[in-house]
Amino acid sequence: MSSNSQTLTPQATPDAAGLAPVAEGRRRGRPPAEPAARQARKKSLMARIRRDKVMLLLIAPGFLYFVVFHYVPLAGNVIAFLDYKPYLGFVDSVWVGLDNFAAMFQDGAFWEALRNTLVITGLQLALFFPVPICLALLLNSIVSNKIRKFVQSVVYLPHFIGWVIIVAVFSEVLGATGAVPHLLESLGLPRFDAMTTPEFFPFLVTIQSIWKDAGWGTIIFLAALMNVDQELYEAAAVDGANARHRLWHITLPGIMPVIVLLLILNLGSILSVGFEQIVLQRDNVGPGAGEVLDTYVYFHGIQDGQWGPAAAVGLVKGIVGLILVLGANKLAHFFGQEGVYSNGKSK
Amino acid sequence: MVAGLGRRPKNGPKNSPRNRPKTKDTRPIWMEKPKPAMQVSKAIALVVICFLALYPLLAVLATSLSSQSEIANNNGLVLFPKEPTFAAYQTIFAGGVVTDALIRSLVITTVGTALSLVVTVAMAYGLTRRDLVGGRFFLMTALFTMLFSPGIIPSFLMVKELGLLDSYAALVLPTLMSAFNLVVVRSFFMNLPQELFEAAKIDGAGDFRILVQMVLPLSRGVLAVVGLFYAVGYWNAFFNAMLYLNDDKWPLSMILRQYVLLGQPMGDSAVAEIAVPSQAIQMAVVVISLIPIVIVFPFLQRYFTKGVLTGAIKG
Repeated sequence: MSSNSQTLTPQATPDAAGLAPVAEGRRRGRPPAEPAARQARKKSLMARIRRDKVMLLLIAPGFLYFVVFHYVPLAGNVIAFLDYKPYLGFVDSVWVGLDNFAAMFQDGAFWEALRNTLVITGLQLALFFPVPICLALLLNSIVSNKIRKFVQSVVYLPHFIGWVIIVAVFSEVLGATGAVPHLLESLGLPRFDAMTTPEFFPFLVTIQSIWKDAGWGTIIFLAALMNVDQELYEAAAVDGANARHRLWHITLPGIMPVIVLLLILNLGSILSVGFEQIVLQRDNVGPGAGEVLDTYVYFHGIQDGQWGPAAAVGLVKGIVGLILVLGANKLAHFFGQEGVYSNGKSK
Repeated sequence: MVAGLGRRPKNGPKNSPRNRPKTKDTRPIWMEKPKPAMQVSKAIALVVICFLALYPLLAVLATSLSSQSEIANNNGLVLFPKEPTFAAYQTIFAGGVVTDALIRSLVITTVGTALSLVVTVAMAYGLTRRDLVGGRFFLMTALFTMLFSPGIIPSFLMVKELGLLDSYAALVLPTLMSAFNLVVVRSFFMNLPQELFEAAKIDGAGDFRILVQMVLPLSRGVLAVVGLFYAVGYWNAFFNAMLYLNDDKWPLSMILRQYVLLGQPMGDSAVAEIAVPSQAIQMAVVVISLIPIVIVFPFLQRYFTKGVLTGAIKG
């Protein structure tokens, strides 16, 4: 199996692998491609459709899915401009223009949710972000293949555990009767229930995220470390650089582009926190500390039936989020990186 | 997807990670032996990391195997149950809510994963043709969904308008495919030796036949990984169930939330003991929902370290 699946490993030169070829085909002066493709270009549209009919049929279900569950609901955001009543539907609900947005800005709960969101994402950026980098450096420095693979497996595992389970597990460990309060007590410190203390909530959420995803997050940094030219290390060692020198002058500069890229992309998603994670725990600490933008939309809209105002919040969050992501991507380009979403567009 | 991160080492990622030969000790000749202090601190760090990652899971397992009196005697914290008991599991499997939910979850996960894989593979394969009619348009349609989400409320209303409320389809269809997985599979397909398929075509094989008889058998690794992503997604999902389903259709994740996180008794439970959730039973439910993940994971994790994924994430 092992030799077999190695040949299956994609020889992933990233762009040649992915999306570039589609775009490349459009360029003029491309090197003479396969004769079949060339002839196809001369064929009429009908002939090409006939030739591609199997492919088009295969694409159809997936395309339909994206249209029905991603693009059509986009249009549903129109209810942000309506005084939407479910029994009236889209057509008969009263058009209220920007009233819902005005109400949003006057709603203290909205500002609270915005603040909580920014506090949590900010904290995650400060505390979570460096962890996978350090962990990847540590993993990368393990010489024994066996140990490294074992540790990798262990730290990847939590990524696959769902939030319901994680919250349950954390209540067991951090909750009133768990190991950590026991430990605090035996050290003579005051007991406190980490699961229900509002002031601690951003930290709790961050700790959970680290537990779940810090190991998984090493994948990308390990890949970057793999790409650092090994001859540089050898040359440096020959020239007398010790391990710390090599880390500082070769390894870190080598993976810096990836770090910058991910940092920028994280900034781009600063309005998004793990929805499932928060929605499960919001009521433990109350909306004052536990409400974020996404849960605001859910609780005010779907639970309380304030469809229009909640949809307005969701829409604003979505648009600002999109702008931030695109901006972050632009910024990444500016730093000479290929952004995550650049694949098809800019090639 | 994070493309162009750097140069590839010359031999390509075949011997990932880091082109290491498969010998036991892979220290390059130029690297000095680390100092003992360094090695010890590194070892301690690794042990601590593994402990932090695994301890919570072990604590849950230990509690689930403890008797109620032992939990009470230890103030709720049991590290190693002195007399392990399967009473909690017996209670759960004696019937009723959890068993039903477990079966439901298994079926939803299996069916959902199969459907997702079929749709993803079909679309990914369709998009591998370089001059496909509208190919760029279809690809962009999929890719742009990575940039935005339509929002919770419009998605909810869509499911409602389609008449899917309180149906299992509401757990599968809205999350049928992820553009990310589509890209992963497609870039894998495009990296297969295309000459093979050209040859098959000359021999008269149709597109569909090439997919089934040639592409798929060569793609087991990537299908396993993407299938795992989908399966884990379906297994863990609770929010769609919370939004769309009445409690008689709840999957295990929702039972877990209701019963363990909220500590609420299971509504019309036939089993009296379950009406009052004991800590051991709660943790047993957690363990049960962990088991499939822990079973499947070791079989698939070798693909992660073999570069399918690193290639995929970058591709």
